[in-house]
Amino acid sequence: MNTNKNKHVVVIGNGMVGYKFCEKLVAKEKNEQRFTLTVFGEEPRVAYDRVHLSAYFDGKTADDLTLAPQSWYTENGITLYLTDPVVDIDRERKEVRSHHGIVVPYDYLILATGSGAFVPPVAGVEKDGVFVYRTIEDLDLIQSYAHKARRGAVLGGGLLGLEAAKALLDLGMEEAHVVEFAPRLMPRQIDDAGSGILQRQLESLGLTIHLSKSTQEITGDDVINGMLFADGSRIDVDMLVISAGIRPRDELAKASGIETHPRGGILVDNFLQTSDPAIFAIGECAVAHHMIYGLVAPGYEMAEVVASRLMGEEKEFKPYDMSTKLKLIGTDVGSFGDPFAAEPTCRTIVYENKSKGVYKRINVSADGKELLGGILVGDAEQYNMLLQTCKNKTILPPDPEDLILGSRGGEEAGAGVMGLPDDALICSCEAVTKAMLCHEIGENGHTTVDALKKATKACTGCGGCTPLVKDIIQGVLKQKGVYVRNILCEHFDFTRQELLDLVKINSLRTFDAVLDHVGHGDGCEVCKPAVASILASLWNENILEKGRATIQDSNDRFLANIQKGGTYSVVPRIPGGEITPDKLIVIGQVAKKYGLYTKITGGQRIDLFGAHVGDLPIIWEELIAAGFESGHAYGKSLRTVKSCVGSTWCRYGVQDSVSFAIEVEERYKGVRSPHKIKSGVSGCIRECAEAQSKDFGIIATEKGWNLYVGGNGGSKPQHAQLLASDMDKETCIRYIDRFLMFYIKTADPLTRTATWLNKLEGGMTYLRAVVIDDVLGIAHDLEREMQLLVDTFKCEWKEVVDNPALRARFAHFVNVPEQKDPTIQFESLRDQKRAKEWV
Amino acid sequence: MTSNDNLKTMETLTIHKDEITWHPACKTDHIPEDGGACVLLGGRQIAIFNFARRGEWYATDNECPHRQQMALSRGMIGSQSDEPKVACPFHKKTFSLKSGNCLNDDGYKIATFPIKVVGDIVYIGL
Ligand code: SRM
Ligand SMILES: Cc1cc2nc3c(=O)[nH]c(=O)nc-3n(C[C@H](O)[C@H](O)[C@H](O)COP(=O)(O)OP(=O)(O)OC[C@H]3O[C@@H](n4cnc5c(N)ncnc54)[C@H](O)[C@@H]3O)c2cc1C
Ligand code: SF4
Ligand code: FES
Repeated sequence: MNTNKNKHVVVIGNGMVGYKFCEKLVAKEKNEQRFTLTVFGEEPRVAYDRVHLSAYFDGKTADDLTLAPQSWYTENGITLYLTDPVVDIDRERKEVRSHHGIVVPYDYLILATGSGAFVPPVAGVEKDGVFVYRTIEDLDLIQSYAHKARRGAVLGGGLLGLEAAKALLDLGMEEAHVVEFAPRLMPRQIDDAGSGILQRQLESLGLTIHLSKSTQEITGDDVINGMLFADGSRIDVDMLVISAGIRPRDELAKASGIETHPRGGILVDNFLQTSDPAIFAIGECAVAHHMIYGLVAPGYEMAEVVASRLMGEEKEFKPYDMSTKLKLIGTDVGSFGDPFAAEPTCRTIVYENKSKGVYKRINVSADGKELLGGILVGDAEQYNMLLQTCKNKTILPPDPEDLILGSRGGEEAGAGVMGLPDDALICSCEAVTKAMLCHEIGENGHTTVDALKKATKACTGCGGCTPLVKDIIQGVLKQKGVYVRNILCEHFDFTRQELLDLVKINSLRTFDAVLDHVGHGDGCEVCKPAVASILASLWNENILEKGRATIQDSNDRFLANIQKGGTYSVVPRIPGGEITPDKLIVIGQVAKKYGLYTKITGGQRIDLFGAHVGDLPIIWEELIAAGFESGHAYGKSLRTVKSCVGSTWCRYGVQDSVSFAIEVEERYKGVRSPHKIKSGVSGCIRECAEAQSKDFGIIATEKGWNLYVGGNGGSKPQHAQLLASDMDKETCIRYIDRFLMFYIKTADPLTRTATWLNKLEGGMTYLRAVVIDDVLGIAHDLEREMQLLVDTFKCEWKEVVDNPALRARFAHFVNVPEQKDPTIQFESLRDQKRAKEWV
Repeated sequence: MTSNDNLKTMETLTIHKDEITWHPACKTDHIPEDGGACVLLGGRQIAIFNFARRGEWYATDNECPHRQQMALSRGMIGSQSDEPKVACPFHKKTFSLKSGNCLNDDGYKIATFPIKVVGDIVYIGL
């Protein structure tokens, strides 16, 4: 088998499929080094995840989207030329020439040139403000132009068009239009009824939809100002994104005499071979089985087929299933098998609930045995099951309507997936079967999606199989008798959100009451603090009273952070980071008196470390006398609201950021939440308070304030996203009230707002709909509940200082309270002290 | 009544340890319900837990063997499949209050001590 030794393979195109081909070939070769690989890419960056391109607007960076870093190519001996398209193929001499003049010979040539956006020949498409939606560069252009645009439109109401429309909403457009030529949205995936439901959902979220519109002209001088339609109507817009379909990149193939399809695309046979046997075409540039496969999974399968064939394996590309499921602006849409199959070849079962925005249709074979295809809008929970049932030709139950009716309980879900045959393809992007997953879960202990991603690559492509993979994890674990629901712990069979509702409805105010009512056993270190947080968020009573002290995490129980060695830190609140010289002096005096190490924290305040538990009350008594309050550094609650100096001193400041920061900090101090909350207020766009790295951050504008939410520092930094702009203070506070309370009520324990928002179905668009448009009709309640917390605030430390019984709890030895823990030791460091190193 | 029954079981459990001497350690109300506190007994730091929900009392080392921190008495108590346990505040190693075995890391174990309550006085057997 030495025939292939050191053959040269050249890949044209470093897109998703071109990259996948390299990955597959490298993996198949192992260390044999049979081929030398050279890759030419036209784009300036290494292959990235185009499928999740829109996530770029949700804060994902180009790096996050990268499929493999540049070093991966080097490590695997692949020569990669970027920003350097191939401009010529010399099929006689078997070599390619790039734009920069690099000439490389090939034994096999792989065309993976993908496709570009199809721009219909409408007058005016060349005007400024008209964009396509295909590459990161396109998105950068759209994003920077969007700053000066108020009204945007998308030409094309298909899958990509609707995604682009969502991007326009995310970019803060006041008006976002979708213009579709066909009489319905997503004409290739769903039917009229499904489209109707989808349209209503999208309209309720702020999109304006124009169907059966043929665009005649894009108007404006050099810059777009509107669109004129064949029926004489027009709309005024400042920008337009064209998403009217794709055009395969076959120009290079055509120029070199390779056979192409008259309507575009490189013709290939079942082995992906072009009319030149040394040249293959894969991905969106290829026409296989008379069609262009505009999805990534079939492209990956093509990469697999060609890589296998180069390695001498028999493999053929079979017609590929074009089923899709996606979430469009918070609405699920699924289409599988033959969605349009109609009577008399089959029986169609339809379920429609207009008020809930749900439409489901399944097409069952005339004999009632097989599922042929279907459409799901508004609720696509059953998508994966239905798709598998369809693909595997599973015999249907006697009442096939059961497949789409009735909610899928936990029980059924497990049983359902586990009922699939072992060779059912769960992840079609990476060809992972159910059996492979079960093996990794059951035998190798990979029981999380992350672990399975590593072990099998499932879920790493389009991500569509993730819910099914989760179900399989649950199914296997359940078979093994392991706990699976996302419940708090063995003492409560509820999620945090469910528990919060139960505690509220039943007016439960102590841990024992909660346990007696809705839990079992004695509780533990997981559920106790979670319930403590719920009780505090609902009733805001002193966390140390009515038996609540012992359900707090140690830090909350002693209202201080425990340190190495067993001493505690003291962090007085310094709202907005503003402090008078007199208060600074008091901090210094207290630190000196009780021998405390002092440090300016990362949160614009001062931490005093090394306090004995028994000294805490007296230290706080002195601080409180000087006007300080608890800084809640120990709590899952508001930490600091960082401020920059703002318009009071700064020559650039446009608003008084310090005053607003103090106001915000005073408002939300002490509010207990699933995790800590941080905020910042910057006086202008230079952002010196780093507000965009906070759970909620505020930036001053000429006209008012912009509010950003869901930012995070820590180990996985993430920028906050714009929730609303140019508001007055009152509106801003109102939105923060709603945002925080919604988070408090729905997040899992120990989940920061960033993680919560990332997991929230519908993401930022949905959050905006809840907070600003009040689609759930709860805004008023959220504000009222927050106001209750604000009105009932009391400084916990003040209450302890004034209450002898609570005070007595702050002793190391209860039988000799005046004695300190003799095992505590310090070392000295730069004129202060530090905790002795532990072993 | 229940606490009396418990005393009995406590005593029967420890009856084979013949050389127990009972030391008064503290008053019952020194130890918060469903929580713990630390006493100094003959130079030794002992964590006492008032597991009120189960009507049981426990005594263990106050020192967590993981990083030699004197803090087990400040830990949260609870149960794991009915086994009463305490979680160290530092890194959440959990220990059985009955056997002293570490429940989430086999490498560690703490000492447990016989305990009884008479009137409002808590006694530890050493
Ligand atoms: C004191 C301080 C470091 C300092 O000397 O500057 C600090 C100290 C601790 N941080 Fe922090 N963090 C401090 C600012 C920060 C910042 C910067 C900031 O707030 O601007 C961050 C990144 C920003 C963010 O949170 O988004 C930060 C991210 C964390 C994280 C990671 C959170 C995350 O979501 O990834 C933890 C771990 C956790 O909370 O689970 C953490 C946890 C801790 C703990 C509580 C660890 C612990 O459990 O003992 C430390 C307690 C120290 C103590 O005893 O007081 N600390 N910590 C800072 C206190 C600020 C304050 O005034 O309250
Ligand atoms: C916004 C968006 C959302 C999408 N969502 C989904 C989805 O949800 N599910 C799904 O399955 N699919 C989705 N797709 C489609 C999916 O991205 C494509 O099917 C996939 O990227 C095709 O891969 P490819 O490698 O064939 O083409 P591409 O990824 O386009 O890569 C082709 C590369 O070749 C380069 N190239 C072209 N000519 C040359 C040349 N002469 N020399 C060098 N380089 C050249 C191009 O610049 C490009 O980088 C989406 C696409 C977009 C744009
Ligand atoms: S970064 Fe780590 S070590 Fe530093 S304070 Fe935060 S938690 Fe402690
Ligand atoms: S010191 Fe107790 S768990 Fe680490």
